Amino acid sequence: MTTTPEKAADAVETVTVTIDGVQVDVAKDTLVIRAAEQIGVQIPRFCDHPLLAPAGACRQCLVEVPDAGNGRGFPKPQASCTLPVADGMVVNTQATSEVADKAQQGVMEFLLINHPLDCPVCDKGGECPLQNQAMSNGRGESRFVGSGSGGVKRTFPKPINLSPQVLLDRERCIVCQRCTRFAEEIPGDPFIALVERGAQQQIGIAPDAPFLSYFAGNTIQICPVGALTSESYRFRSRPFDLVSSPAVAEHDACGSAIRVDHRRGKVMRRLAGNDPEVNEEWITDKDRFAFTYAVESDRLTYPQVRDTDGALRPASWPEAFTVAAEGLAAARKAGGVGVLTGGRLTGEDAYAYSKFARVALGTNDIDFRARPHSAEEAEFLAAHVVATGPEGGAVTYTDLESAATVVLVGFEPEDEAGAIFLRLRKAALHHRTRVLAVAPFSTRGLAKMHGTLLPTAPGDEPATLASLHDHAEHGIDSTSVILVGERTATVPGALSAVAALAAASGARVAWVPRRAGDRGALETGCLPTLLPGGRPVADAQARVDAATAWGVDTLPETAGRDGDAIVAALGAGELAGLVIGGVAPADTTDPAATTAAIEQAQFVVALDLRASDVTRMADVVFPVAPVVDKAGTFVNWEGRTRTFEAVLGSPSSLPDLRVLAGIAEELGAPLGFRTVAEVWSQMEDMGPWDGPRASMTPVAPAPSDFDAEGLVLSSWKQLLDQGTMQDGDKHLAATARPAVARVSRSVFDAIGPTVTLTGERGSVTLPAEPVDDMVDGVVWVPQNSSGLGVLTDLAAPGSRVTISGGNA
Amino acid sequence: MGSVDTLTPVLTKDWGTERSWTLPVYESRGGYASLKKALTMAQDDIITAVKDSGLRGRGGAGFPTGIKWSFIPQDNPKPKYLVVNADESEPGTCKDTPLMMASPHLLVEGVIISSYAIRAHTAFIYIRGEILHVIRRVQAAVAEAYAAGHLGKNIHGSGYDLDIVVHAGAGAYICGEETALLEGLEGRRGQPRLRPPFPAVAGLYASPTVINNVESIASVPSIIEHGADWFSSMGTEKSKGYGIFSLSGHVTNPGQYEAPLGITLRELIDLSGGIRAGHRLKFWTPGGSSTPLLTDEHLDLPLDFEGMAGAGTMLGTRAIQLFDETTCVVRAVLRWTEFYKHESCGKCTPCREGTWWLVQTLTAIEQGKGSESDLDLLLDQCDNILGRSFCALGDGATSPISSSIQYFRDEYLAHLTHGGCPLDPAASTVWASSLTRSGA
Repeated sequence: MTTTPEKAADAVETVTVTIDGVQVDVAKDTLVIRAAEQIGVQIPRFCDHPLLAPAGACRQCLVEVPDAGNGRGFPKPQASCTLPVADGMVVNTQATSEVADKAQQGVMEFLLINHPLDCPVCDKGGECPLQNQAMSNGRGESRFVGSGSGGVKRTFPKPINLSPQVLLDRERCIVCQRCTRFAEEIPGDPFIALVERGAQQQIGIAPDAPFLSYFAGNTIQICPVGALTSESYRFRSRPFDLVSSPAVAEHDACGSAIRVDHRRGKVMRRLAGNDPEVNEEWITDKDRFAFTYAVESDRLTYPQVRDTDGALRPASWPEAFTVAAEGLAAARKAGGVGVLTGGRLTGEDAYAYSKFARVALGTNDIDFRARPHSAEEAEFLAAHVVATGPEGGAVTYTDLESAATVVLVGFEPEDEAGAIFLRLRKAALHHRTRVLAVAPFSTRGLAKMHGTLLPTAPGDEPATLASLHDHAEHGIDSTSVILVGERTATVPGALSAVAALAAASGARVAWVPRRAGDRGALETGCLPTLLPGGRPVADAQARVDAATAWGVDTLPETAGRDGDAIVAALGAGELAGLVIGGVAPADTTDPAATTAAIEQAQFVVALDLRASDVTRMADVVFPVAPVVDKAGTFVNWEGRTRTFEAVLGSPSSLPDLRVLAGIAEELGAPLGFRTVAEVWSQMEDMGPWDGPRASMTPVAPAPSDFDAEGLVLSSWKQLLDQGTMQDGDKHLAATARPAVARVSRSVFDAIGPTVTLTGERGSVTLPAEPVDDMVDGVVWVPQNSSGLGVLTDLAAPGSRVTISGGNA
Repeated sequence: MGSVDTLTPVLTKDWGTERSWTLPVYESRGGYASLKKALTMAQDDIITAVKDSGLRGRGGAGFPTGIKWSFIPQDNPKPKYLVVNADESEPGTCKDTPLMMASPHLLVEGVIISSYAIRAHTAFIYIRGEILHVIRRVQAAVAEAYAAGHLGKNIHGSGYDLDIVVHAGAGAYICGEETALLEGLEGRRGQPRLRPPFPAVAGLYASPTVINNVESIASVPSIIEHGADWFSSMGTEKSKGYGIFSLSGHVTNPGQYEAPLGITLRELIDLSGGIRAGHRLKFWTPGGSSTPLLTDEHLDLPLDFEGMAGAGTMLGTRAIQLFDETTCVVRAVLRWTEFYKHESCGKCTPCREGTWWLVQTLTAIEQGKGSESDLDLLLDQCDNILGRSFCALGDGATSPISSSIQYFRDEYLAHLTHGGCPLDPAASTVWASSLTRSGA
């Protein structure tokens, strides 16, 4: 153990202030309202929010300042949310000052004169800052109704839609501007603004521009009254009837903290949790509203086996375990079994698949990458990503703020990792971080990060990356960070170029997958070349280390097949069996081939949440628990672990690891665990590999094909699309960005406004949208916003498609 | 007693001249001579002259103009701006409008000299949008000044460049508040900004900015022409110079009277031919509706910053509204309060909600409803607005109420006992005498 020396340089400059007679040292520039919190005095407030710029609008936090630190006091009460402390300042809050107390009571009375007394039917009632502070800092009886000839409140028609999801009840609004400031400052989506004036002042939208922000739901959470509500939750429950459980969002690799509010076994809503190192206090609307997928009518609730008549029939758990074990044993003899795990598993479940493949099936044929992937990517992950984390100096959210330059490669943060987008925008705005995007066009998200486009057609990423080094203008150096998205795997040589750029410049690299379970699956060895903890399969010592930990004599020695190879081997009859968990063929490299492979496989065991084409083709189907029903751990893109407990207790809802343990026991190869806690302790015992890391053999870029016909296809998934985990909330779905084909201005002028694209797998017709800086010869379509998705309907990203006008 | 000799026509000296707003007439009467003189002076010397003159802001607050100019950090690499606040909207205030109508070039000349002094190369004149005629006059004057070489590049060979932008407001009283004005000028919603940073450091487009009233800027050419001593020889010890006093209401000859600061209301009333015949003064505002009103006890107070502060009110914009004994003070105050409710920008709670409530309480009293305790409630509402609002609009809304209750509490109570207004509202009108005659 080493001890950390006292870091004098990090000492924060402090000043001494006296609040309510109590002397306290606080950091320079602290606002009085927060300095007071440090001595345990809560000054009432509405417009103040620690993550938003001060406004001083509501005037609720007035305090008396008899000495501003210069011996003179302020003649008027001051808003403590806008006043920074000064050395020697004396502040008297409502606790000790009659002036401050009366000022606060006066403001509270004013706030209430036009506020409806509809608390009994208001969603905010019971958790309402206005209600609570009216009780703590207001008078019990209103003087308004008894004044003059009886006060008349201002009224508005009841709620109006700011977006298909967010409703505004203008009567309840106290125009604190938290929502408008959030929209402008945090995601940069200023679609809501103050309109009208005086008591008629209200939040409004332009007639043709609803509040379509991926982060709109945060405004509902920070609204200090019940003015903003969601279609999804409005009038559904009372806060005091809800049980709140901390959890981690399962929709992306950000690891965002959330709070799940539930009642009698049913999730009613989700809120952002407060994790300053990760998502601060913000989440995407997907994290907030997309949770009803777990209670869709096609949810699997009991195991099924294929009967002699060829149809699936319900089965008991023991029978299903036995049938699965017998089928897998036979398939293993007939050529082997592959394992496809998908990317939505908890770390514990992923570990179970990883161990199940090696110990129970005797194979390294396992891959979590249910998407286009490559061997180059597997090498990159083994060499540069696995077994890194914040404690080992890997890139963190905080590092994004201090980085001078962040390069995005194959990664669109607003669509693919909302918390990274918000942090990068903050970095760009407040720390002048420069964001460079290696991409074919400037997205709205890039503009909001004040980013710069490094125009690059799909396939040309290696060349762009190579040009970054030694390029004074771009200045990539050791203060830079390269964020590389999972899509980069589809470009030969791109990950090699990333590694080369990092090596040459000293820049740090982080890999950002899309799904919440991807990084955990990598760490636990759901790859054909890696065992848990980053142990390379090719390293005999690593194999021995894992075998010892697992109490087995040997582990399979050769690297296994990756996802594409498993599909090919199943199709070719080289593999006979398949264990598949939460994989949608439409996401995979070649959806038709994947579907055919599942169909052709001799024996398929499917673990899934809901019935799907995969479960309908399987020989044994096991229902598994949605994340809300189980404890577990997500490893986010930083390599940071975020552990959570089960939110709902549902005895019939078992995690994947329990199912796999049951099958393994029937196979005579017990995994040594049945619970999440047992898996966790096995993983702890095993630990990360401390031997040499695998190295990466650089891959050469594919030669550019300048003479080819058509346009190069660029594609990624938008945050809100047809993903099955967004099923069940039509209001959320209505806020999704529509499916459009983005083309260059010249293509649009020649062919638009509707285009038909034809690729190797079919044709799609979409409205076109011109993009001014679209790289010539590139077309972009959202990957899963129409039809069966681009991979099924059109072509593989990076391939060529032809374009024609209209419904050709 | 006051006489015509008391008047000091400087700003108003050309107002009676034929086509006074044109450049040839202005120049024939000595216009733009101060500019030529100023361009030969060191910029800091101009600031010193304005400082030494004792000129205090004529927009109401009375902050020393030269000191405001010296706050501009000249080492700041950003451009400096001069913004003229011509958003004259206060009830009763009507001095800048006729000044810009009659002598727009006086303002333009002042703008050029002032901009030169603070090293601004762009100046803005933000004119109240409703006074279209005035906007056109100023626009025409600026165009004439460009054509004559008073504006543009290398003005009169001095090497100094200046552009003037005439901006029309969009109809909000709040935009007379200097930071709300800047928001409006930048194309944003007109609401006051958080201070600090102050405009001198980060004003228009986050750059150092001086914001001055029309009359302040129009006073600058005379200071350059005649010197600081000449200017400070007028007025009182701490309120130097001259100013326009706008008399309106129940006086025989309402209008603009330019006089040294410190003149008394008695003198001004004499100059204007006295209170409406057959009537006597009941109450008056010294500087617009947001300055606490005074009564006939205060006729001999000096109309300067200190004299008015001593009486618990403010000199403001010297917008003297006079009301004789036929006027119901409750009714007058209610009208003003309705104005503030209508013009409250909505940003802060006390002003937004307080004015909403004040109007309701006052309306009830004016109609004879409510009770005596409502007077105390009104005063308590005012106490909860005054000094609690984001800007001075809320403070201003309380002034007529608390001051009128102070001087005329009995009249408020009379409404309650009388079941409505005890006065004949028609009696206060200008046609009251004809009504009486026909009714008689």
